[in-house]
Amino acid sequence: MIDPIAEKRRKRRKVVGFGFTVLCVGATLLCALMLVVLVVSIVREGYAWLSWDFLNNFPSRHAEDVGIKTALLGSLWLTGLTALISLPVGVGAAIYLEEYASDNRWKKLVQVNIANLAGVPSIVYGILGLGLFVQWMAMGRSIIAGALTLSLVVLPIIILATQEALRGVPDSIRHGSYALGATRWQTVRLQVLPAAIPGIMTGIILAMSRAIGEAAPIVAVGGAAYVGFVPEGLKDQFTALPIQIYMLASEPKAELHEVAAAAIIVLLIVLVCMNALAVFLRYRFGKRIKW
Amino acid sequence: MATTDLIPEVNLTVPSKGMRRFGERVVHVALFLCASISILTTIGIVVVLLLEAIQFFLDVSVIEFLTDSKWTPLMDPQHFGIAPLFCGTLLVAFGSAVVAIPVGLGTAICLSEYAKPWFREIMKPVLEVLAGIPSVVYGYFAIVFISPWVRTIFPSAGVFNALNACIVVGVMTMPMVISLSEDALRAVPRSLREGAYALGATKYDVTTQVVVPAAMSGIVASFLLAISRAIGETMAVTLAAGGTPNATINPLESIQTMTAYIVAVSKGDTPAGTLEYRTIFAVGLTLFISTMLMNLLAQWVLSRVREKYE
Repeated sequence: MIDPIAEKRRKRRKVVGFGFTVLCVGATLLCALMLVVLVVSIVREGYAWLSWDFLNNFPSRHAEDVGIKTALLGSLWLTGLTALISLPVGVGAAIYLEEYASDNRWKKLVQVNIANLAGVPSIVYGILGLGLFVQWMAMGRSIIAGALTLSLVVLPIIILATQEALRGVPDSIRHGSYALGATRWQTVRLQVLPAAIPGIMTGIILAMSRAIGEAAPIVAVGGAAYVGFVPEGLKDQFTALPIQIYMLASEPKAELHEVAAAAIIVLLIVLVCMNALAVFLRYRFGKRIKW
Repeated sequence: MATTDLIPEVNLTVPSKGMRRFGERVVHVALFLCASISILTTIGIVVVLLLEAIQFFLDVSVIEFLTDSKWTPLMDPQHFGIAPLFCGTLLVAFGSAVVAIPVGLGTAICLSEYAKPWFREIMKPVLEVLAGIPSVVYGYFAIVFISPWVRTIFPSAGVFNALNACIVVGVMTMPMVISLSEDALRAVPRSLREGAYALGATKYDVTTQVVVPAAMSGIVASFLLAISRAIGETMAVTLAAGGTPNATINPLESIQTMTAYIVAVSKGDTPAGTLEYRTIFAVGLTLFISTMLMNLLAQWVLSRVREKYE
C-alpha cells in the first residue's frame, strides 16, 4: 500500500530536483554560449577588414586606411621589455620565498602582500606609473614607463605561478643535491629550477598574455592614440594594440567598429598562439621529468 | 671529492671555498631584493596616492569630497563630490553581481556535483578562455552587441548605459565566481555527502542543504572577490557605461565609474601639479581603499572556513 501524501511529496521532490538540475546545467551552457557568441560575432564583424595593408598601415581616422603597424610594434616592444624586467625579478622573488626565506614574519608579510597586490585593480598600477615613472622619474609618456608599469601589474602573477612550480619539486631532489655537497644556489640552479621549468614557463606565458591584453594601465601612463612612427627607443612615445582597439571602439562610426573587430581578431590570435605555446611547453617538458 | 666526478656537468670543485661562500651571499641578497620589490610596490602605491591626494585635499576639503553631490572638476563651476562616481561604481558592482552570482554559482554546482568528467574537461578551458579575454574586448562587445540589444528591450536607454556595463562585467567576473566556488564545493568532504545520502536525501537535498552550506564561506569569498574585481574593472566599463558622472540607480542611464573617470582624465594631457591632475589620485585612493576592503573581507571569510575544517 502506498501512502498518497508521501507519494505526492516524493513526486514533488523529484520535480524540484529535476528543475534544479536543469537550471544548473542551463547556467553552464549559458557560459559556453557566451564565449561562442563573443567570438563568432567579433569574427563576423571584423574578418573582412583583415588584410596585409591592415597590418602594415599607420593609424588613421579613415576606416579604409587604418592600420595597426605602430600598435603591433608598440605591443611587441612593451611585452618584450615587460618580460625582460619582470621575469628575473618575479622568478627571483619566488626562489627567495620558496628556497631561501625561513618561515618567519617577513616571509609571511611578503606573501600576504603579494596576494593583495594580485587583487589591486590594474588602473591603480597605471596611476602609480603616472605618478612614479612618468612624473617623478621624468620618463615622460614613454615605452619604458609603460613597460615598467606593466611589469608591476604582472609581477604577482609570475611570482605566484613560479612558487607553485617550485613547490611541485619534491624535497628528495634537494636533499640528494645537498648530500652530494652542493650549496644552496647550486641546488636551486642545477636541480630545482630545471625541474620546475615547465610550470614556470606556463606561468610566465600566462602573465605575458595578460600584459599584451592590458589597456588600462598603459592608457593612464600615456599610450597615445595616433602614433605615426615606429618606436625606436625606450624614450619614444608608444601605442599598443589594446589602446588602438579602445580608441577605435569609442569612435561613433560603425565602420571604425568593424576595424576595431579586425584588431581584436589579431589580438585574440596572438593570445591563442601564446596559450598554445604554454600548453605545448607544459606537455613537452613535463614528460621528460619523472619521479 | 670523488662523488662529483659522477655528475660531469656539475663541477663543484672549481671555485675556492671562500669564493663560493661569497657567491652564495651575493645570490641570497639579490633574491632578497627581488622579493622586497613586491613590498616596495605596495609602499609606492600608497605613497604616490597619498602624497598627491593630500595635496588635493589641501585645496578641496574632505567634507566637500564626501558630501557634495556633483562631480564636475573639468567644468565651471567646479564640484568635487565623489558621490556620483562612487554611486556609478556601486551600481556596476551590484548589477554585475546580479548577473554573475546566480549563473556562476549554478555553473559551479553543475561542474562540481552534476557534471560527468568529460563535460568538466570541456568546460574548464572554455572558462579559462572567458577569463583570459582582455577587458577592452569585452568593452567592444558591450557597445557593439549588448547595447543595441538592451535598446531593443528598453527603448528609453541610450547607447551608453549602466546596464551594458553590468551585463558585460557580470560575464567577465563569472569565471572567477565559478572557479573559486567550484574549488570550495569540491573541498567538501565526501563523507558529508554520503552521510546525507544514507539518510535518504535526494541529490537536490544533498547539494542545497549539505554541500552548499558546507562550502558557504568559500562561495561568499568568491562573490566578494568578484565584486572587488567589478569595482576595479576599467576598460569594459569605460567603453560601455559612457562618461557622465551621474548619481542614479537607474541602470538605463549613462554613468561614470571611478575607474572610467581616471581613464578619461589621464588619457588627455592634463598637466601635472594641477588640481585636475590630482583628482586622479584622490579618486584612485578611494578606489584602492574600496577594493582593498573587499579583498580583506574575502580573505577574512576564507580564513574562517579553514579553521572549521582543520
